[in-house]
Amino acid sequence: MSDLVMTLLSVGVFFNFAGCIGLIRFPDIYNRLQASTKCVTLGTILILLAIVIHFGWNSISIKAIFCAVFILLTAPAAAHAISRGSHRAGFPLWEGSIMDRYRDDFPQKPRE
Amino acid sequence: MEFFLILLLICSFLCLYRVGAGPTPPDRTVAIDILGILMVGFCAILSLYTGKDLYMNVAISWALLAFIGTIALAKYLEGRTFDE
Repeated sequence: MSDLVMTLLSVGVFFNFAGCIGLIRFPDIYNRLQASTKCVTLGTILILLAIVIHFGWNSISIKAIFCAVFILLTAPAAAHAISRGSHRAGFPLWEGSIMDRYRDDFPQKPRE
Repeated sequence: MEFFLILLLICSFLCLYRVGAGPTPPDRTVAIDILGILMVGFCAILSLYTGKDLYMNVAISWALLAFIGTIALAKYLEGRTFDE
């Protein structure tokens, strides 16, 4: 196992761990989404890239490339769907938030 | 190598804590989404560790099912049906 593979695995697992710490520590649904989704997506794609570099060109690395492209396409779509749904359902922002552009553009009814 | 697997298991248990203790339903939905992507990385490291093809099949199908489940939960949060 080469040094490049170990470095990519270490950085990927570190990003996953940082994303989960953000999921625990942040105060709000939107902050948690912001912290965790991007970090975990980047970390998982780095792990899959380490697999591609380690195995060369065989069936495992082809499946890893397919999986990385699929995660890169669908994770932002899922995060956007969650944030849009929760904002439209009226879940409130953290009380320290200073700006809500989405509510200015599309005024919604408050949550009953 | 086992160190990475143990660290990813700790991450998964942090996500399960957020699923159990999240004060609102969107928190639980975010935690389920993150848990799906984490399990893809876990199966990938397991495939690197054992050199077997099987775990990447599990990772691909887990990614597909996690995406479909997250979209369904987001539509449920928004309070709509699948028709519109």
